[in-house]
Amino acid sequence: MAQVSSIAEEQASTPLSPSKSVTLRIARFNPEHDSERKFMEFTIPYKKWTTVLDIILEVKKYFDHSVAVRYSCRQATCGSCGMKINGKPMLACFTKITELDSDVITVEPMNNFPIIRDLAVRFERLFESHHKIKPYLIRDDSEITSNEKEFLQSPKEVEQYIQFANCIKCGLCNSACPTMATDSSFVGPQALAQAYRYVADSRDKGKNSRLKIIDESHGIWRCHFAGSCSQVCPKGVDPAMGIQLLRGYLLGFRS
Amino acid sequence: MSKMRESVIMKIHYGTALAAVALVAVHILMRLTLNFAESLEYENVIANYQFIPYAGMLEIILILLSIHGFNGLRVILLELKQGKVYEKAVSYGCVAAMVGLIAYGSRTILMVNMGMV
Amino acid sequence: MEHRDENKEGIGGMINPRRYGIERVAYLLMRLSGLGLLAYFIGHIYETSLILKGEVGWSEFLELTQTTEGHVLLAIVIAMCVFHTVNGIRVMLGEGGVGVGKPARPDYPYIPASQNVKHKIGIYSAIVLAAIAMLYGLGVMFGE
Repeated sequence: MAQVSSIAEEQASTPLSPSKSVTLRIARFNPEHDSERKFMEFTIPYKKWTTVLDIILEVKKYFDHSVAVRYSCRQATCGSCGMKINGKPMLACFTKITELDSDVITVEPMNNFPIIRDLAVRFERLFESHHKIKPYLIRDDSEITSNEKEFLQSPKEVEQYIQFANCIKCGLCNSACPTMATDSSFVGPQALAQAYRYVADSRDKGKNSRLKIIDESHGIWRCHFAGSCSQVCPKGVDPAMGIQLLRGYLLGFRS
Repeated sequence: MSKMRESVIMKIHYGTALAAVALVAVHILMRLTLNFAESLEYENVIANYQFIPYAGMLEIILILLSIHGFNGLRVILLELKQGKVYEKAVSYGCVAAMVGLIAYGSRTILMVNMGMV
Repeated sequence: MEHRDENKEGIGGMINPRRYGIERVAYLLMRLSGLGLLAYFIGHIYETSLILKGEVGWSEFLELTQTTEGHVLLAIVIAMCVFHTVNGIRVMLGEGGVGVGKPARPDYPYIPASQNVKHKIGIYSAIVLAAIAMLYGLGVMFGE
């Protein structure tokens, strides 16, 4: 009890940083009945730690609950709240107002994804591409059948792919990619990075079948190493690196 | 042709680029062996064309750059718009343009080399 | 199937060089220089075919190229050629997995290893070398 009261005292004595305000511009668009996108503006107070998702939720709570936004974990784990913030794709929950260094924050739906409404977009294409590259271990035996041992890996073998296993399928990379901006058939940096993740896994035996899938006219060769995907990735996956390493197999530099 | 794997096409794209860099460098250096304007005088240019190794090099450059250039154009066009008919038209159109340019350039090289001017 | 607007960023987004650093500038310049060089190459094949018209035809064509506009155009072609070559070699190395870093457990703030200083130096070198070559070309052409 004494401990609880001391925490309460500590919280009460913690000086709050003076609250500032920011103008939040939210893109509003419903493809079912709107002909063009409109922006609604709100002035919202914020603190040092306030995120873009926080102020969007403030708008929903106090001004307009009809704003459509997808979110869940609020800690950059679920990959739900990807959106264009001041022109660049970012996770709303992972972006603080203070780091944007702007008095006006414009939030729009991610590009290269069909809009459901306002800030919420459809992920079918991303998931289809992800599924297309066979995102699972391919091998004849299984570690879950009896008489089989667990597939062991050395720490060095894990290092080869663990970075790419961090992907949360938020779609920011696909939104930033210059090829995705015009190419509706491109498999995209997310799926290509995941193809590398499994090809580089020492337990996997599906390299050839995956390389065949991505070696087509809208596959890996439509990546031109512009690197925007890696710059926007909120989990440090670095899809550009994975794609170039994957291409090394097709060019004969890796085996 | 249409079923050539993209990796094969892109290996050709890279290969033609590297080979063309070396040969174009020789081609430009030939312009600088003499004074630049002098090297472009009619007699000197005819002499260049009639020197078989040089004419052969021009022919190789023509082929390399046509392949590289039109494949580059194909890549850009394929990324701009999609659709079965469009993509077929782009692929065949680029091959036709490539063949046409090679034929047109070869005609010049061959005719000048054989003294038909 | 119902037609659905994919909300693609389009050509404007594809060629916008302002948001993602020098790599996107290089991407744009690579495309533009490639298209420019292809256009020049086609023109060059046509102009050299004028030699078939004999000395008079060739001289007429030469006069056209020996103008200020002709020299400036050629200088731009030189710049495009050098940039496309140097940056092309950088991209080819990168696409083969050279200089893109090694996979490792990422740590915050997650600076991507593939967007490293080696490639940035490659891009700036391509731009600087293109400028030097263009100036050299202008010197040779206008110096005569």
